[in-house]
Amino acid sequence: MISAREALIAAAKDRILLTDGGWGTQIQLRKLGEADYAGSLGLGHDQKGNNDILALTRQDVVTAIGEAYLAAGSDIVSTNTFSANRISQADYGAEALVADINHESARLGREAADKFAAQDGRRRFVAGAVGPTNKTLSLSPDVNNPGYREIDFDELKDVYREQVIALAEGGADFILIETIFDTLNAKAGIAATLEAEAKVGRELPLMISMTLTDLSGRNLSGHTVEAFWYAVRHAKPLTLGLNCSFGAAQLRPHVRVLSDLADTLVMVYPNAGLPNELGEYDELPDTTAALVREWADHGQVNILGGCCGSTPAHIAAMAKAVQGLPARRIPEVPVRTRLAGLEPFTMAAAS
Amino acid sequence: MTATLSSSSFVNIGERTNVTGSAAFKRLILADDFTAAVEVARQQVENGAQVIDVNMDEGLLDATRAMTTFLKLIAAEPDIARVPVMIDSSKWEVIEAGLKCVPGKPIVNSISMKEGEEAFLDHARKCMAYGAAVVVMAFDEVGQADTKDRKIEICERAYKLLMTIGFPPEDIIFDPNIFAVATGLEEHDNYAVDFIEAVKEIRVRCPHVHFSGGLSNLSFGFRGNETVRRAMHSVFLYHAIPAGLDMAIVNAGQLDVYDTIDPELRTACEDVILNRKVEGEELSPTERLIALAERYKGSNAAQEKAAEEWRGWPVEKRLEHALVKGIDAHVVDDTEEMRLLMDRPIEVIEGPLMDGMNVVGDLFGSGKMFLPQVVKSARVMKKAVAHLLPFIEAAKEPGAKGKGKVVMATVKGDVHDIGKNIVGVVLQCNGFEIVDLGVMVPWSKILEAANENDADMIGLSGLITPSLDEMVTVAEEMQRAGMTMPLLIGGATTSKVHTALRIDPAYQGPVLHVLDASRAVGVATSLVSDTGRDAFVRGYKSDYEHIRDVRANKGQSALVPIDDARANGFVVDEHIRPFPPEKPGVHVFDNWDLAELVEWFDWTPFFRAWELAGNFPAILDDDIVGESATNLYADARAMLEKIIGEGWLHARGVAALWPCRREGDDVIIHLAEEERHVRIPFLRQQIAKREGRPNMCLADFVSHDGDWIGGFSVAIHGIEPHLARFKAAHDDYSDILLKALADRFAEAFAERLHAHVRTDLWGYAPAEQLTPEAIIKEEYRGIRPAPGYPACPDHSLKPILFDLLDAGANSGATLTESFAMLPTAAVSGFYFGHPDASYFGVARVGEDQLADYAVRRGVDIETARRWLRPNLD
Repeated sequence: MISAREALIAAAKDRILLTDGGWGTQIQLRKLGEADYAGSLGLGHDQKGNNDILALTRQDVVTAIGEAYLAAGSDIVSTNTFSANRISQADYGAEALVADINHESARLGREAADKFAAQDGRRRFVAGAVGPTNKTLSLSPDVNNPGYREIDFDELKDVYREQVIALAEGGADFILIETIFDTLNAKAGIAATLEAEAKVGRELPLMISMTLTDLSGRNLSGHTVEAFWYAVRHAKPLTLGLNCSFGAAQLRPHVRVLSDLADTLVMVYPNAGLPNELGEYDELPDTTAALVREWADHGQVNILGGCCGSTPAHIAAMAKAVQGLPARRIPEVPVRTRLAGLEPFTMAAAS
Repeated sequence: MTATLSSSSFVNIGERTNVTGSAAFKRLILADDFTAAVEVARQQVENGAQVIDVNMDEGLLDATRAMTTFLKLIAAEPDIARVPVMIDSSKWEVIEAGLKCVPGKPIVNSISMKEGEEAFLDHARKCMAYGAAVVVMAFDEVGQADTKDRKIEICERAYKLLMTIGFPPEDIIFDPNIFAVATGLEEHDNYAVDFIEAVKEIRVRCPHVHFSGGLSNLSFGFRGNETVRRAMHSVFLYHAIPAGLDMAIVNAGQLDVYDTIDPELRTACEDVILNRKVEGEELSPTERLIALAERYKGSNAAQEKAAEEWRGWPVEKRLEHALVKGIDAHVVDDTEEMRLLMDRPIEVIEGPLMDGMNVVGDLFGSGKMFLPQVVKSARVMKKAVAHLLPFIEAAKEPGAKGKGKVVMATVKGDVHDIGKNIVGVVLQCNGFEIVDLGVMVPWSKILEAANENDADMIGLSGLITPSLDEMVTVAEEMQRAGMTMPLLIGGATTSKVHTALRIDPAYQGPVLHVLDASRAVGVATSLVSDTGRDAFVRGYKSDYEHIRDVRANKGQSALVPIDDARANGFVVDEHIRPFPPEKPGVHVFDNWDLAELVEWFDWTPFFRAWELAGNFPAILDDDIVGESATNLYADARAMLEKIIGEGWLHARGVAALWPCRREGDDVIIHLAEEERHVRIPFLRQQIAKREGRPNMCLADFVSHDGDWIGGFSVAIHGIEPHLARFKAAHDDYSDILLKALADRFAEAFAERLHAHVRTDLWGYAPAEQLTPEAIIKEEYRGIRPAPGYPACPDHSLKPILFDLLDAGANSGATLTESFAMLPTAAVSGFYFGHPDASYFGVARVGEDQLADYAVRRGVDIETARRWLRPNLD
């Protein structure tokens, strides 16, 4: 069997692929109670809201959501592990379970993916999701002390490495570093994944997904889309893209920029619009699908999906909307020295 | 292909946040005054440093702590953090600690094989894992490389090692060690030559790498004598940049313009740097420079030499004189003198300098000064402002308040910028602040820069027709972004009609087509006027509406169906069809003699580029512009001597002649050796013609029964290092002059090569004896139409032509995504040999021909529509 990296690239040549949609809103729909979350783990803290721990306590829910996305047409299913790292789990007193949560979540994703692949012979992929944590390497939480940091690079790298190794051992094909609001956090994630590769003894292709925090197209650490790309290019990522941020409508100009620049697959999975006054996402599947189709029409994306507020119905609508449309062609970019501060800096060709 | 506005061919690395290079910065860091230290970084970026070097290697410091503290602090400052950082230390642990604090992609300075291959590769792997480019010092287990051979040997070995671990070659920057020369020790005499020669060789052996160096070492022997040090640095860069040096840790404000260095001092520096022994001279180059340097000690010694009368005037008058006459030799000294007289440095700009520029602006406005002089004046102004900026920043004063801010760019896909640069200079001379984003700028960058700079207007430029589409995209995106600022449109292919029909409807804010540089000032001034602006904008809008109405209601001449147009094609006289070529196939000319090409120059367009109207040579004696034209011509001639004498440029070209036949409006080329046929589709005139006038198509000149056609591509290479040099010296005048001359070389080469084809390669006119005037009037047999020009308006034929010619390899010319040629000074086209062949304009074509053309060209109709848009309704 060819590697997952090669298989995904081959599949993306012929058509626009789909990843999955949001997990949080799907879990909320099921109105789980404290007992569902806590199970028999005997943790001291209240676990309600610790979505990731369901991989240990309600595996049926995790499997059902993953399968719903696969049934809707997803080629890639992500793991429910956005907060399954030592820093975020500390809020629930569940740091000791980080490896188990990731391992189980990846295993459940693998089972669901392989089940669907067995049905129709089309390979499905599991992306091990790694969130940004709630700490930031580039910014000071103390306005009076701009040089202060809550955490340092090596600490965060260790946190990520623990999660990545467990995801890989549980059966994830790729490592998806997503919702990147701080570019340096992502660089720590990349370094952690390189170390994890050495540990697990196989390639762990990276999917890298930035989130924009302002409409001008920068993330929280201030990087433009182009500068971000140069800052993470050394990871040779399998996919580069955007997720969360705003709705598809607001992402449009930035997708266009990214599509021109990235000599790798482009994956974009926006929120289902902007939240309404109640904080709910109410953009209808057909609306989101029509918006993302615009990118597909312009040949700007290889993989589409949804983030906050999106549902299997959104994925199904997207699958229908982009069916038969050609995939984005990966541009050839000239060899140049590409550096980055918050903004890109490209040197002229050497002689 | 993407390009960034921040592209640059010579990179200035700020050196003031380096404790080993700046005593002031060291004092701040030692005193733990990081707040003030951060301000030093801010000044550097604002003064134009494209990368900032941070070095904390000082015995009294905890370098790791100082490095990480400082990097974290500047990460919090968007004005500073926007540029990449160079993490500079001789200790790896300091570098690695720094790498953990930098979110973008930095440069590591430096790693080397000093401690052996293993440590070297270990450090390189870590740089890859953190995502950093790296400076590699020419240093090995034995020591630092001093001779040329050692530099080459070490760098090549390092390169090969790095390739084994998959290190990206473009992320390698070699520092082959600039050592001090003129130290008095004979073994040091050849150090600068060793460096320059080594760079030339290493760049050949190690593709994609860059070169850097610390310049201040070079002149170490002349500490305390700034005049000599600056001269040495400038002379060194003058020779090292063309060799391949493309970044340096340098204070750009402290470099002299090579041409303005006192010739005696310059020659002495040159002898030292190039290690030239002078025949019959008793003193060695070093001894002579040391003797000469005595004269430049102290501040006024140099000025005494220039005993010209105006030097005795009061300083305000001197500044005005320098600005009006475009003399930059003393402007830094005069500006400094003025600064000491004023309370605040900003007053020098707002007072005497602006007064002087107002005189220039008035003279230009009243037609008493012309563009070449204005551009020279701007060069003087830029130097003066560059000198003052550090003082203004140090006093934390807001910059000079201009009339308004204009963001300018040549749009994505296009590389032509002579006109844009001229407009920028003229606007600057009239008090506008210009944010020049360069060439090939994507729309997103233009909008972002306009918003970030709070611009008053945006100016777009482009030369080739696909740029027109890109301008529409910019307008659409401005509309989408809800912007309201005016959009100015300029450049050779733009027109009032296109602006009215395509750009203006895409954007609700003011859209203004600006015909040439002299109109730009009036337009921009009206747009920032509180009182006149609205009426002015309304005038344009209604003008455009009128144009649209006229086009919509009547206006257009009728088109005939394409079949009818074909039936009315041009019929050549079959009896005079030229015989097959004497020398068919592909002919490559690697280095055409530049001196010969100068004789083929058509100078008239050169003067037109500078907005001096008139035919050459009569223009030199013109009553109005004669003096200006004569001076410009003298400067051009002087630069030509250097271009030729010092080999700045070289001309590469390819011409080919292929068997072919006509098929409808296509010409099918036979490539016998490759066993393939290449179809070249041409467009036919479709406008209804008077009786007896044909609807022309280039295919009409080719026979159905087998014939010959040619193609060519010529390009002028080597301009970049010289432009970088001019840019570093704030010298727009030389920059524009050189670009304009390079264009002349390209045109002359195309003309010369065509003559060679007629008389020799094809040989149908072996005895042709034409005067240059006759050549310029095209009184010869056969034509050489270029894709993108009226007879053959589709730029997208260029990739086909380039492929046929293997132009990338044979003439070194390549194409952007909009089919603009690189290098910019380039010409390409087809050869038609039939005596009846003539130039014509295809003009407007119909939907029927568009659909037919798309099929013949093998693209979908929307693509074809995009390519042919200028020729469609």
